[in-house]
Parts: sequence; C-alpha cells; structure tokens
Amino acid sequence: MDVKHFLRNLSESSGVSGYEQNITEQISTACTWADDMRRDKLGNLIMLKRGEGTKPKKKIMLAAHMDEIGLIITKVEKGGFLRFGTIGGFDQRVLLGQEVIVHGKTPSLGIIGAKPPHVQAHGEQNKAVKLEDLFIDLGYDTKEDAEKLVRIGDLVTLKREVIDLQSSLLAGKAFDDRAGVAAIFECFQILSTLHHEVDVYGVATVQEEVGLRGAVTSTYGIVPDLGIAIDVSFGDQPDLRESETIKLGNGPGIAIGPHVHPKVYDRMVKTAKEWNIKYSLDPSPSPGGTDAYAIQVVQAGVATILLSVPLRYMHTSIETIDYDDVKSTGKLMAMFIAGLNNEFVEGLTCF
Amino acid sequence: MLLAQLTEVNGAPGQEGEVRNLIREQIEPFVDEIKTDALGNLIAIKNPRAIGPKVMLAAHMDEVALMIVGIKNNGMLEFRPIGGIDPRVLVAKTVIVGKKKINGVIGAKPIHLQRPDEREKALSIQELYIDMGVKDKEEAKRLVSLGEIAYFTTKYEEFGEGKVKAKALDDRVGCALAIRLLQEDLSFPLIAAFTVQEEVGLRGAGVATYQIKPDLALILEGTTASDVPGTDEHKHATSLGKGPAITFMDRAVITHPPLVKELFALANEKNIPVQARRNTAGGTDAGQIQLTESGTKVAVIAVPCRYIHSPASVMSKKDYDGAYELIKHYLRCLEEREDFQ
Repeated sequence: MDVKHFLRNLSESSGVSGYEQNITEQISTACTWADDMRRDKLGNLIMLKRGEGTKPKKKIMLAAHMDEIGLIITKVEKGGFLRFGTIGGFDQRVLLGQEVIVHGKTPSLGIIGAKPPHVQAHGEQNKAVKLEDLFIDLGYDTKEDAEKLVRIGDLVTLKREVIDLQSSLLAGKAFDDRAGVAAIFECFQILSTLHHEVDVYGVATVQEEVGLRGAVTSTYGIVPDLGIAIDVSFGDQPDLRESETIKLGNGPGIAIGPHVHPKVYDRMVKTAKEWNIKYSLDPSPSPGGTDAYAIQVVQAGVATILLSVPLRYMHTSIETIDYDDVKSTGKLMAMFIAGLNNEFVEGLTCF
Repeated sequence: MLLAQLTEVNGAPGQEGEVRNLIREQIEPFVDEIKTDALGNLIAIKNPRAIGPKVMLAAHMDEVALMIVGIKNNGMLEFRPIGGIDPRVLVAKTVIVGKKKINGVIGAKPIHLQRPDEREKALSIQELYIDMGVKDKEEAKRLVSLGEIAYFTTKYEEFGEGKVKAKALDDRVGCALAIRLLQEDLSFPLIAAFTVQEEVGLRGAGVATYQIKPDLALILEGTTASDVPGTDEHKHATSLGKGPAITFMDRAVITHPPLVKELFALANEKNIPVQARRNTAGGTDAGQIQLTESGTKVAVIAVPCRYIHSPASVMSKKDYDGAYELIKHYLRCLEEREDFQ
C-alpha cells in the first residue's frame, strides 16, 4: 500500500475535533492489516493486529490523533459574511487571505478577509488583524442567501492541497497528526512481514486538539501494557531556537520527560541504534500536549513513550514534514514491537 | 475559460512574458497587427487604415509578486514585494518560485511557542521567508537565482452567487475585457494596449500611448471593493454586484468629464447597472495615458474586486459582464457618430 498517497488524501480531507467521522471511514477502509476493528463511544477507531505469542498476550497501543483544528461559525452577518470562532489553537495571523471550506448544507468555498488596508487607520497595518475582525466571504450577497447554506455552529476547515517540496518534504494542513496515523500504517505494513508476540492496537484518536480526550477513553477500553503516542513536534525553522526543535529528515524525535517510561525509552533508543534508524532526542520538560500524557494515567497507569514526526509551521495550512521521517517512525515502532517479549513488558512495573 | 487561463499564468512587473504569450495567442485571429515595444507592451491593432476615431483600450498585464533578494545559509529565501502587498496576507501561503517553478511555503512560528503579545503584532516582510524544503544554501542556489520571482498559486474558482476567486484579477480582468472587445466587428481603428509595469508606477502605459496616439482611451481595470464588514458604508470605494465602476478622479487622473457623463448616460439608456468609484485613492494607467504627448481623453472602467493584491481576490461575474456590455455599446455608439473630433 502507498501510505504516502493515503496521507495526502487524509490531509486534504476534513475532520475537526469532535467531527472525525469522515476521517475514520477513510482510515478503516484503507487499513488492510487489522484482525479486528471497532469504534468506541467517542469515535476512536481501534485497529487490532494480533500477535503470535501465547495467551495471555501483552497489549501494546499505538495512538495518533486524527482530528484537526478548525473554525466554527458564530454569526451570519449583513451581506452574507460569516464570523467565526476557533476549535483548537490558531494564531490569528495565519488566517488572513486563507481559503477555507465551509461545511454547511454542502461544502462551499470561502475566503477569510478583513477590511482593506486603505481604509485602515494609520499604524493599524503594523498590528495583526484580530480574530474578531476577520470574516469569511462566502460569495453571497445577502444574509438570507447565506443562511440558506450555512447555520451557526457549522464547521470550517482550511482548504489546502498537499504540495511537494524538495526531496521528500510535503506541505499541507492537518499533518498534525495525520502524519502520526500514517506512521501507524507504515508500522503495520512492516509488522505484517515480521513475527511479533504482542497484540498491537493501532488507535486513531479523536479530540486531541481540545484536550486529549479520545486517548482517555480508548486507553480505558484497551488497557494496554505499553502505550506509544505518535504525534508531531516542532521542526527546525529559522525563527525558533535550535533547542526548541528537532530536525526534519533526521527521523522521529524520541521524547524524554515525565510522560516517558525510562525503560521504554532506553529500549527505544537501543532499537534505533540496532537497526540504524536515525532519531533525535526530544526533551520535554512540560509533558502535556500529546496523547502520551493522557494514556499514562488511565486506570492503574500505563508505561508510555512519545515518538514525534518533526513538523514545521504547526497549526497552519502549510505544515511541513519530511515523509522519510514518517517512514522511519513506522519502522522504529515495528522493530521495537517485534523485539518485545513478556519478560520486558512485565518488568515495566518494577522500579 | 479565458479569465481562468489569464489569472493562472504569472507576470510580475517587467516579467510579463507568460501573460503576453497567452494574450497574443488569444487575439491573433481577431486583429490586423500585433507589435511589441522595448518595454514589452503588447499592442494589437484592428482596422489600422480605417477612418473614424482612433480608440485605445488599455489593460495592464503585470501583477504584484515577490522578488527573491537573498538566500540564507539554511536555504530559506528572503523576498520583497514588487508592487504593494500587505505582508499580513502572506503568512502561511504557498508560492511557486522562479523559472524552474519550485514549490515553496511562507512559514510562520507555531502558536505554541509564541508569547501572547507576539500574536498582536503583524509580521514584517523581513521576518518572513520562503521554505522550498532544501537542506542548505547550495541546494537553494541550484534551484533559484536572486531576482527571480515568487507567485501566489491560487486556482481560479467560481463560487457563491456568481462570484469568482482568483489571484491577479487586478488586472487580468481588464485584459480579459480587452480580449473580448477585440472580437467586436467595428469600422474604426481599435487599438488594445496590454501594458507592462503598472504596479511599479504606471511605467508601460505612457510608452504604449506614445506609439498609438489615440483620440480617446478607455482604461480597463480591477479596482478595490471595500464592501466588507468593518468598513463603514461611506467608505465602500466600490461594491460587488452593483456593476462596473466608473472613476471620476484618483491620485493620478481626473477623467475626461464629458466622456464620463456619456458612459453613465449610456449605461442608464441600456439598463446596465454601473456605480461611481467612491474613493480617490490609488492610480491607474489612465494617469500616464492622459499625459502622453499633447494629452489624451481618458475614462476608467473597472470591475470591483475584494482583497486585491492578496493571494485570493474576489469579483462578481455580473460586474465583469456588465463592464463588457457597457464598453461594447459605447464602441458601437462611436461608430454611429459622425461628429467625432
């Protein structure tokens, strides 16, 4: 299967936090490796690939969130213009001049505008246009016409076709964290050619961007012995300090911090070295912000680790990744899983 | 579709080649002579030896764009606008760079790592850069040279109630009108000037007019529409859907009053909605055309466009067709008039 192509489609599809249905369908249709597939009440998609060990088998969970940040219509104004709020964290400065899809009765093109520069007060151009001053132009002439198509509460997603940059770099929206979902697929693909003892639960989680919610319920349903969250981390870009970032093209970031089990960390690093897989160390003094943080404290606690695909320009419509990093993240997980045995997993509760 | 093709080719001031070639191809069957000059203006003449008024249509081919002025050690490209661009519209957009047409993105710092006060400040052009996904300066230099141009990548799309979204509607919509009007069967000399370098100071229009020496000139433009929330109604320079806008005055011209009067009267007679451009900011090629040699009578007919000089501008097809109808009728009227002087 061409997972890169799958990721491209996934990136161009719409699935704001809480409304991931469409993404779920694409993932479940494309996933050919699962022995069993189910969805929980919040909408998490759980794909089980059984291991060949003797029962009771250990369970490992791979979690990547499929939701994306988006906008929500709050008002239909005179002239048919739409006001909006945000679902998830948006920098107001990345929205001006952006094309969007308004998910009304039918998906429709919109353009995010603001009052033109020549009617702005002196000095106003040095300031960012505030979120409340932005609007969506739907191309209708009256409030009544717009209301035939759009209602308050309708969702809006960024409109962006994935583009290829140099080498294996891609730019597009929602690679945070559909790149993580693709990494799970890459892992499954390799695992299907290997012997592994543990049961592997690949989970596409919901509502990460609004507070790691899907990870909580899906973990509760699985009760894994070990959890790997796959997310994105800040890629190297000129306006960030080197210490805040990991390098694109250098493989996954392996996080180290309170949300990472030390033994799992050691073994992950060892696996990377053994198989000659590039990686960056990704120190995380504040552990929140990814599914690993949620998975760790479910029920009696779970040994967790976080792997990250480096990504530039996070939470914009031009999030940039190196697809090779997605592949090496998948490979690292596959090799890690193939090397797992009961003895190691049981040792995770012994400090 | 003509307007789709015209807006999806690229032409920064001084580098209008793609646009010129497309226009030349489009008009060849309908005109008697085509020539270019030292600046790159494309001049098309219909009925060169006919008697009657010599009428000039003018539309500029160039669009605002970004020029690559530096390549950083990490391979990121520094750029400056050619023509007026508000840097705030550039953040998180895709571009296509240089002769090799390399994909690039204009990056921004992730919100997670910003201080709250940073989000209140507009990013300046010096803080922005284009990322092509290269590893270093050497790789970047193999793809792009200094002075090459980055363009927006916006696709032409129709949406909403008869609206169009595209880049460079200013002034490809004028070019499209001129191309359509050249297909009219008229008895007097009709000359279309597709001009260069309007966006950097109306540079091509005077040069073109000097060669044409018209009796009167109609300048076809895409102009600012500010009929959007946050703008008081009295500040709406033009509004979408209310017909083509006719200029009385801007920073560079006072249009020929009898001509303007005739256009309004004709629109009224033919039942074509028109609007006055209710703002005197900005300037168009009319400013140079009126001052050529001993002077030219000019009028400006413009299609209102929201969000001009940004990646995605919006216009109404109604206004575009209205502009076409109005000018077509005007040209036909001229044909019937014997007193033209």
